[in-house]
Amino acid sequence: MSEHDHDHTPITNGDEPAAAVRARALEELLVEKGVLRPEEIRAGIDWLVSRTPADGARLVARAWVDPEFKRRLLADARSAALELGLDPGPSPVVVALANTETVHHMIVCTLCSCYPRALLGPPPAWYKSLPYRSRAVSDPRGVLAEFGLEIGDDVELRVVDSTADIRYLVIPRRPPGTDELSEERLAALVTRDSMIGVAQPAEPALA
Amino acid sequence: MTYRVGEPVAVATRAHGGHHRTPSYIKGKTGRVERVHAAFRNPETRAYGDDGLPEMPLYLVSFARSELWPDSPADGGYRVYVDVFEHWLEGAR
Amino acid sequence: MERGVHDRGGLPTDEPIDRSEHTLEDWEVLTDALVGALARRGVMNVDELRRGIESMPPEEYVRASYYERWLFSMESILTEKGVLAAGELDRRAAG
Repeated sequence: MSEHDHDHTPITNGDEPAAAVRARALEELLVEKGVLRPEEIRAGIDWLVSRTPADGARLVARAWVDPEFKRRLLADARSAALELGLDPGPSPVVVALANTETVHHMIVCTLCSCYPRALLGPPPAWYKSLPYRSRAVSDPRGVLAEFGLEIGDDVELRVVDSTADIRYLVIPRRPPGTDELSEERLAALVTRDSMIGVAQPAEPALA
Repeated sequence: MTYRVGEPVAVATRAHGGHHRTPSYIKGKTGRVERVHAAFRNPETRAYGDDGLPEMPLYLVSFARSELWPDSPADGGYRVYVDVFEHWLEGAR
Repeated sequence: MERGVHDRGGLPTDEPIDRSEHTLEDWEVLTDALVGALARRGVMNVDELRRGIESMPPEEYVRASYYERWLFSMESILTEKGVLAAGELDRRAAG
């Protein structure tokens, strides 16, 4: 274990990945040089860790119970999010894509990992992985089968590759047998994966 | 905005050595305009420190599976939707 | 059709999709926050980040983890801009 240098050298132990040491070293340099202030970095960390799919789920649940809201959501998801007091994130345009009886959407970013993080939280590792990025556009039904989702041949499958500044999220179909559920209970059924399009929402637990 | 919803468009095949956001699997392929988005700053110049102006029109273009992967066996249809800048598109029949 | 190493759509692959969940490590969250802060400051934008990632040697790109690519890119772009001196990050990381 290296001696702690009070000037700048971080304590490292042999178990820490080199990338962790490098990230902290970069942070130190940028702060020392006055490029960034610690509080800016802190604010970014706080923002990222505060992001969860619960925000996206609220949009979906509201759309399920309120057809007028759904119409506004489909027209401009960014504004609809703001309407609910949610942070739609830095992207200038967010588009919500509604699944129907005959259309199912699935989102990918083949070039990197573009994802509506403000509303869904950080993307899952598999979304950023090379095989998902390759196969989502060339074998989407195979990918969905791996996720345990089968889409009927009569359902139009639309794979959306987020290549620009627009962020997409899927509005999954409301599960059957949920007419009696409150909006809050409905939101609890809306999973992250259903808003990416590789899964359906959870079914309500049978009493 | 040059193209309208429903219009067929072809993606250019030109080589572009620098940063660009047109994936190679759609280059040279013909698709259909699904949405006309707003105009956005050009990432191809932004990536080199430029301000990315003027903003370039962006479209959501859909492609049939059979168009993208003509040699693959039919495996249940699907369409792939991609955001493509106007300067990568040409009118098609 | 030539493509950059980042341009993955349709590439044949036998690699299975690993669907396990991974919580972000602290250093990954930090890396993400650094990129965001640099963008808000106007020092480096997200298109420059992507360009930096795309400039990775292909074998390094494939081998690197997601945020390791971001670190590579930040170092590359910030050195290009003269914010970092060549090798400065290496020296600081070595302690």
